[in-house]
Amino acid sequence: MSRRGGEELMVPRAEFQSYYGRPVLKTPVWTHDIAAYLFTGGLAAGSSLLAAGADLTDRPALRRAGRTASVGALLASTALLVKDLGRPERFLNMLRVAKPTSPMSMGSWILTVYGGAAGAAAVAEMARPLVDRGRFGAIGRLVAASGRPAGLAAAAVSPALATYTAVLLSDTAVPSWHEAYPELPFVFAGSALASGAGVGLIAAPTREVAPAQRMAVLGAAVEMVAARSVRHRLGQLSEPYTTGRPGRLLHMGEVLTAAGVAGSVVGRRSRAVRMLSGAALLSASLATRFGIFEGGVESTKDPKYVVVPQRQRLGERRGAEVQRTTSVTPSARAGSSSPTTG
Amino acid sequence: MTPPRKGFFTDTSVCIGCKACEVACKEWNLLPQDGMDLLGMSYDNTGSLGANTWRHVAFIEQPVRAGRPGADEAAASEPQFLGMPQATLPGAGRDGPSDMRWLMASDVCKHCTDAACLDVCPTGSLFRTEFGTVVVQQDICNGCGYCVSACPYGVIDRREGDGRAWKCTLCYDRLKGDLQPACATACPTQSIQFGDLDELRERAAGRLDQLLESGVAEARLYGHDEQDGVGGDGAFFLLLDEPEVYGLPPDPVATTRDLPDMWRRAGLAGLAMAAATVAAFAGGRR
Amino acid sequence: MAEAHPVGFQWVMEAKARGAKVIHVDPRFTRTSAMADTYVPLRAGSDIAFLGGIINHVLQNELDFREYVVAYTNAATIVSEDYVDAEDLGGLFSGFDLEKRAYDSSSWQYAGSESNGSGDHHVQRATASPMQHESHGGATTAHPDSDETLEHPRCVYQILKRHYARYTPEVVERVCGVPPEAFREVCDAWTASSGRERTTMLVYSVGWTQHTTGAQYIRTGAILQLLLGNVGRPGGGIMALRGHASIQGSTDIPTLFNLLPGYLPMPHHEKHETLQQWVDEMRHPSQKGFWANADAFGVSLLKAYFGEAATAENDYCYDHLPRLTGDHGTYRQVLDMIDGKIKGYFLLGQNPAVGSAHGKAQRLGMANLDWLVVRDLFLIESATFWQDGPEVATGEIVPEECGTEVFFLPAASHVEKAGTFTQTQRLLQWREQAVEPEADCRSELWFFHHLGRLVRERLAGSTEPRDRPVQDLAWDYPTRGPHAEPSAEAVLREINGYQVSDGSPVSSFLDLRNDGSTAAGCWIYTGVYADGVNQAARRKPRTEQDEVAAEWGWAWPANRRILYNRASADPEGRPWSERKKYLWWDAKAGEWRGPDVPDFEKTKPPTYRPPDGSTGVEAIGGDDPFIMQGDGKAWLFAPVGLLDGPLPTHYEPAESPVRNPLYAQQGNPTRMTYERAENVTNPSPPEQHADVFPYVFTTSRLTEHHTAGAMSRTLEYLSELQPAMFIEVSPELAAELGIEHLGWAHVVTARSAVEGRVLVTDRLTPLWVDGKVLHQVWLPYHWGQGGLTTGDSANDLVGINLDPNVLIQESKVGTCDVRAGRRPTGPALVEYVEEYRRRAGVAEGHDIPLVTALGATESGSEEEHS
Repeated sequence: MSRRGGEELMVPRAEFQSYYGRPVLKTPVWTHDIAAYLFTGGLAAGSSLLAAGADLTDRPALRRAGRTASVGALLASTALLVKDLGRPERFLNMLRVAKPTSPMSMGSWILTVYGGAAGAAAVAEMARPLVDRGRFGAIGRLVAASGRPAGLAAAAVSPALATYTAVLLSDTAVPSWHEAYPELPFVFAGSALASGAGVGLIAAPTREVAPAQRMAVLGAAVEMVAARSVRHRLGQLSEPYTTGRPGRLLHMGEVLTAAGVAGSVVGRRSRAVRMLSGAALLSASLATRFGIFEGGVESTKDPKYVVVPQRQRLGERRGAEVQRTTSVTPSARAGSSSPTTG
Repeated sequence: MTPPRKGFFTDTSVCIGCKACEVACKEWNLLPQDGMDLLGMSYDNTGSLGANTWRHVAFIEQPVRAGRPGADEAAASEPQFLGMPQATLPGAGRDGPSDMRWLMASDVCKHCTDAACLDVCPTGSLFRTEFGTVVVQQDICNGCGYCVSACPYGVIDRREGDGRAWKCTLCYDRLKGDLQPACATACPTQSIQFGDLDELRERAAGRLDQLLESGVAEARLYGHDEQDGVGGDGAFFLLLDEPEVYGLPPDPVATTRDLPDMWRRAGLAGLAMAAATVAAFAGGRR
Repeated sequence: MAEAHPVGFQWVMEAKARGAKVIHVDPRFTRTSAMADTYVPLRAGSDIAFLGGIINHVLQNELDFREYVVAYTNAATIVSEDYVDAEDLGGLFSGFDLEKRAYDSSSWQYAGSESNGSGDHHVQRATASPMQHESHGGATTAHPDSDETLEHPRCVYQILKRHYARYTPEVVERVCGVPPEAFREVCDAWTASSGRERTTMLVYSVGWTQHTTGAQYIRTGAILQLLLGNVGRPGGGIMALRGHASIQGSTDIPTLFNLLPGYLPMPHHEKHETLQQWVDEMRHPSQKGFWANADAFGVSLLKAYFGEAATAENDYCYDHLPRLTGDHGTYRQVLDMIDGKIKGYFLLGQNPAVGSAHGKAQRLGMANLDWLVVRDLFLIESATFWQDGPEVATGEIVPEECGTEVFFLPAASHVEKAGTFTQTQRLLQWREQAVEPEADCRSELWFFHHLGRLVRERLAGSTEPRDRPVQDLAWDYPTRGPHAEPSAEAVLREINGYQVSDGSPVSSFLDLRNDGSTAAGCWIYTGVYADGVNQAARRKPRTEQDEVAAEWGWAWPANRRILYNRASADPEGRPWSERKKYLWWDAKAGEWRGPDVPDFEKTKPPTYRPPDGSTGVEAIGGDDPFIMQGDGKAWLFAPVGLLDGPLPTHYEPAESPVRNPLYAQQGNPTRMTYERAENVTNPSPPEQHADVFPYVFTTSRLTEHHTAGAMSRTLEYLSELQPAMFIEVSPELAAELGIEHLGWAHVVTARSAVEGRVLVTDRLTPLWVDGKVLHQVWLPYHWGQGGLTTGDSANDLVGINLDPNVLIQESKVGTCDVRAGRRPTGPALVEYVEEYRRRAGVAEGHDIPLVTALGATESGSEEEHS
């Protein structure tokens, strides 16, 4: 059979064959809840990092904003994840096992650990004003004091939280997700930083805002470079990211990111401009995540994204074998006989 | 003692498209019906494998038109059909009256050696049985849907209204009772052969040789090779055309093969993230 | 076969794996074609021309298995000099009576036996009496004149040769649309795989019989198989694939109006007034063969029916048997229902509203009954037609006014009752009851046993003579369980037969007597309970026995797997070849040997020659394999037994767009027609307006559904596999008519219009027929208005035109128009079809020119032959 498959090399395939144009793969059952989770997870991670940095550099407003945003994003993440299950009541089955081969299993543990830390940091943050007013006594002071270790722990887990979702998507048969695996973690990391920075830009007073601005610039740079690569490096598999709705979303993400960064730099002294920039960065992150999510989904709907790249791969692999045989391929007959799609 | 790995060899060259496998499977496994839709895909009104369809018979009508370029060379290796090569009919868009090839093939879960669905399952619901098959434990599955996206063949799916993932179990319950899977039992022409995988592979190789010798040059095995992207299929096939013609991926790869790399890239990205944060805060203490 | 008999098709696949070449001839490319080495499309209704062409090829090139043909067939027999072939009479044979549209067969007889012919073919047609010859053989002289050199101009061989001389490859192409190359390939394959070393099997499905020349289709196949020596030998023969699990069984123990069990004829009120007349009808005194014992079979049947009441004094209650008075066939009955002559009707596992030809007539007939009993697994269209049938939509049946009282009785399925299936190889296979039927579901056996019991209770005190037959019935079967289910095994024992004295089962029909000492419900089944053991329940796997597998089930007669297997040995009793060895004479042991039960007297040597003047079994020579025939020979030429000619001849179907290219006679001149307002036939050449219905349609089954759909449209696992009525159309015709794949189209005949979704497929191909392009469309006939998937019933398109021999309908070919889009609904549909009738000139008083070979009775019509 190899002698046949190899011959495909010699005939450039203007068309490809499929079964009545039907998809080879199942379209992911995941809904936009998961796309939204990609955003909230990243937001939580970015916010926690922001909060930890603020804590260590004594920027209370920034810290407060980061901790609050992270716990909000955490709660939203959990809700979205549970909601998207076919059997939500079995959410805890996620913690039956810890499987390194399952990014979702890893993610569940990451989220659990992170959730504990970020939650504790948030509780500490909430406890702080009460403690300052003399309530809760020693226990209250202990809780408040645990804010820093908890926040640092959350920050330590945050990079994992922000980037495992890239592995979650890549570790599938979805062509445009899988083939993007080298870039996707960077897209998500950058996007998470930018969204965290967005929170800072919105919430921080002028004197505390500088790190958020720098974080926005760095995050946006990473995200934009990586996303550009996703949109252009993958050949045919980049197509879903540049066309249709996902194409528009990613483009919007790029524009909003650029606008957000520009705004944060230019409008440094204006609270209003900063807030707009922050909102732009958050929106950008949201758009990018939805774009990446939908682009992958699109790539499962048309069999060409499965068949053509795999054919190419086969051809390359078998190239060497082919040179021996020169007989005419009988598949010429079947070339356009089964329904194809363009 | 572990029994030898079991599997299917589906020889599509003798499939008569009776769909007994589909019905026997549904009867035994009590699967819901999958919709009353006339699909117009020859006699395939099932469409594809899914949560409610664990055997799916594909039908491909291939007119072999006389006078097509290359038809002469191809003719030697094709099944010989009688035609009317001389007659020219005044039909629309037809060079000559057609000879036909009508391919039929019963598709099923491949029970991959490197099963991505099993790898990615976060609950351990999907597991490998003592027969080397891949089965969903329905009492554990929480319907996360990861396996659906991980399968390179588009086999497993989540059932509407039930929320859990379902696919062929290779009749795990029957195997435990020393019975053959329902589909193989119902197949009248032994197109679906069940048995020890090693023996099936030998049998398939013999059948392929036989077909090639008798001039069926387009015969090829699919999923038999342990070196392929999924480490070989527990359910493999003899096909008479390219896999994609049957709706099968030509070169499937278990996505988890790249997982170490993916983690590595994620780790790098995570480090970059941490570094960026440090840089952001360390960039000037004002 | 793969399409409708997928399980049986496994053996074709196995043969193929062993090197057999499979050829499939069908108007449409089916699942069978997909598996065949060669597929030949042909025009529906042209099969006799196709096979006749092969016969011609065999004869012209002397490819026949000459030793077999001379020894075992009537090829050498001299036919009467009065005989004139259809070749010389424009398509009619000698003896045609224009007025009765029937033959006097005297001139078809063997020379010197002209008196064996009969002039009452029109009576025989009405009672489908040729069917009664199905197993009791043809009546003719035991020792006719013959010329074994086959050179005598009036010997059968020469007659056959002349008859088919014009069936050349060119004519086959003209008639069938099969090009010469394809035809030649079939000829070569068939002849190459016949002879001493090899055999070819002809397999057909029962749709083949559903033509106005249906019986002659089979005859053509038989002639070809006999010429090539493919009968009575392993791997040979003609295999009739039946349409249901036990359709063979339902002719053996018949549900037909003109037969009694074991192919004993139903007595005719004039011809069989006495037991003796009836018995002689079967025995044919002065002939060879086993039918000489028919009196024992007949009397044993009467003893089984009437038990102690049947005595020698009262001719074993022969007078209790009903008598035929004419045509009581199923289609006559339907028309009689419409005419109000029939008041009550039983339907058992049958759905004529969908499954029978001319669905509208079926439904109108049932709507005009007083009562109708329907026993089925599901509430089928034949039970609901009065409230949801197509005629309710058109206003032709008004539910509030329909007087038919329908009694629906749920039936037990095959897994809910014990019994036998008899399949195409005559194999009885016992079926155990797996589960108890649910709720009110009951077996047929239960229904009839208790119906009979209750009727007998009501009539117990009657003194009316007409009630005597019922009173005298032996009606005592053991029952069991809470519902008093009769024992199916007890019934099988009775069918097998027993000694009246002690009830012990007989083991062979040779044990049956004509003196009332034995009783047997169906003589050909005698032996199924041999030694008191249910032989049909044997299930020894094939891996544990030889290839004949004689210990799997039980085949009638006498567990014989290949009929006429004496023909597998040469006249001297030696196998024709080692490769095809099956039965042989063992001189040392003085008996026939082989893996199968010899279809011959076990110890009669090949050298046996009957004494002069002998008759019956004694008259069968040691080299006469066809022991049921009057002359011990297989018949290439049939002097009796067929009403439409001694040799198969190509006639066009009752509805054809083509003028018969071979004969002036267009269609079968003796076919049964019922031209009336409900049953109008589309015009065919030479009539005018045949072009109103320019296309040919044919129908058949899909693997996914079962006949009229009661057992498949009601099940979701099957319905989802073929969820809608559809029409298959070639791409060419689709383009011509502007029909799109998956769009709607409808098919129109003078009976009705039927719609469906369209599958445009290369599996249908236009054909060149007689110089013109002919388009054929195909429809499955599984749909009706009930079930999980509904649709129009293709059988509504079909009219009632019957084969004269057995009264089977021509439902596999007709002419039609095809239109894009959906058909009109409601009363507009009636008007729509009426408009077609007007355009076709058949709206009122359509007089079909049944005999178009004008002047045939005088001088033939040479000019028509070109």
